[in-house]
Amino acid sequence: MSVSTSSSLPLAPGAARLHALRAACEPSLRSLLGALAGFAVFVLAWQCVSLLIPAFPSPSVTWHAAVELFADPFYDNGPNDKGIGWNVLASLRRVGIGFGLAALIGIPAGFVMGRYAAAGAMAAPVVSLLRPVSPLAWLPLGLLLFKAADPAAIWAIFICSIWPMVINTAAGVARVPQDYLNVARVLNLSEWTVMTRVLLPAVLPHILTGVRLSIGTAWLVIVAAEMLTGGTGIGFWLWDEWNNLKVEHIVIAIFVIGAVGLLLELALLRLARRFTYAEE
Amino acid sequence: MQKFLSIEAVQQVYTARGKPPFVALRDINLDVAPGEFVSLIGHSGCGKSTLLNLIAGLARPTSGVLLCAEREISGPGPDRAVVFQNHSLLPWLTCFQNVHLAVERVFGATESRVRLAERTRAALDLVGLSAAQDKLPREISGGMKQRVGIARALAIEPRVLLMDEPFGALDALTRAHLQDELLRIVADTRSTVVMVTHDVDEAVLLSDRIVMLTNGPAATIGAILPVPLPRPRDRVALASHPQYLACRAAVVDFLHRRYGNPAAAREAGADTPATVPAPAPLPANDPAAGLDQPAVLHRA
Repeated sequence: MSVSTSSSLPLAPGAARLHALRAACEPSLRSLLGALAGFAVFVLAWQCVSLLIPAFPSPSVTWHAAVELFADPFYDNGPNDKGIGWNVLASLRRVGIGFGLAALIGIPAGFVMGRYAAAGAMAAPVVSLLRPVSPLAWLPLGLLLFKAADPAAIWAIFICSIWPMVINTAAGVARVPQDYLNVARVLNLSEWTVMTRVLLPAVLPHILTGVRLSIGTAWLVIVAAEMLTGGTGIGFWLWDEWNNLKVEHIVIAIFVIGAVGLLLELALLRLARRFTYAEE
Repeated sequence: MQKFLSIEAVQQVYTARGKPPFVALRDINLDVAPGEFVSLIGHSGCGKSTLLNLIAGLARPTSGVLLCAEREISGPGPDRAVVFQNHSLLPWLTCFQNVHLAVERVFGATESRVRLAERTRAALDLVGLSAAQDKLPREISGGMKQRVGIARALAIEPRVLLMDEPFGALDALTRAHLQDELLRIVADTRSTVVMVTHDVDEAVLLSDRIVMLTNGPAATIGAILPVPLPRPRDRVALASHPQYLACRAAVVDFLHRRYGNPAAAREAGADTPATVPAPAPLPANDPAAGLDQPAVLHRA
């Protein structure tokens, strides 16, 4: 018998390597080309709109304004005139504090709701009632409670970011596979060990989903909250530029808000992937 | 018979609102001696896993008592370790950590950390997985995962090892390999084992006695077959051993002729538990017999 049944034809090593390289690069190359094409269409449409509506800044005007703006993002001419960098950082600080407090309270609360049916039955209707409320509706209460604009904005962030964390954590705890709980029962593990060694790792992916949703919402809400409360922050800056009728700066602010939101999302996705265990 | 595990008049009834009560098990009486290997076999839905869960303490019987070492079983406890069908390893812990979790719980209060680690390593060594101790469950094969599950159960030195179709999810060759390992481990550790299975060959190969359950609902013990095959047992030699074949035939007869059709079981009515007489020992010089050892080794 000859070996003619051998399945693959021998390839020259160089050609094989090239082939493998192409196979590896092609998907990312394709998505890059897709993104570039998408942005090209977007800019083209924008250009058309700006030609039709003279008040609307064209892409090139916006670009030049952005270059000027980002040449010195961290200048400080008093409380009402700060560089865009300071404004973004101020917003991020508020989101960080509000979101951090929400995580500190929301995740343990979700744990208790998921683990103890009675707590879940008590809290679930209240959460369902409050969750659909726009966080801005809570802003006056924040002003009343804290008598200052900055903590009130943080309060709105706290309120909007607590719900996804509570709900996802509770759902995650309730959905821990029975197998894992049976192991815990058969081994007679203490409640503390069950929490730290079984429930927490099993629920972590759900918690991170909640965290991701929360930070997304928080970043949406901070812009609106700052428009109302004033001070320093990207939301207030955007509104201020509207009052100054610098429309190109509004467009820049939109891109900056989008970019920061995207970065937050990507960072958390990375974190989530790091902590998500694979079943098989 | 020395009673080690004792099940007396156990009945399990499930009641759901708006439905007539469902009798899963009735009149279960069974004693297991120390060091004995008992298999529970029956068609699916016959309540064999329910019975195992009752012994494990994961469920409480509606009536009747279960005793382990003369103490009533009132909940799960480390004196009865369970090997689950789907291995149930925690996927975020390494093999070592999975076993250590159990060891720590049982011996953590009385023994040093060094000793706990030693116990964990010894258990993994027993199932031949020392080399894989730092791997995560997803990095090892299904058979290896099940071996970690067995190591976890054995590491806590249980009085009784409970196995719920431990090899059911494995392919035939892996299953055979693990059965051989289990034979060796059980011989080494002199463990008392109660195993649920639906595999006739597995039951005959491993067991001292095979408890055959009638079809559900209201399943009970239909017959108990002693397996007087000498140990150590070798699957290749046993394959043509007349007594092995006779035991196998008895179980097949029970499962497929007497209780083959689940509907027919209800008409069969109350079957009093009976011990099927062990197949008579064959002449020692029978050429068909692969093993020339004394036949009756039933540990009673």
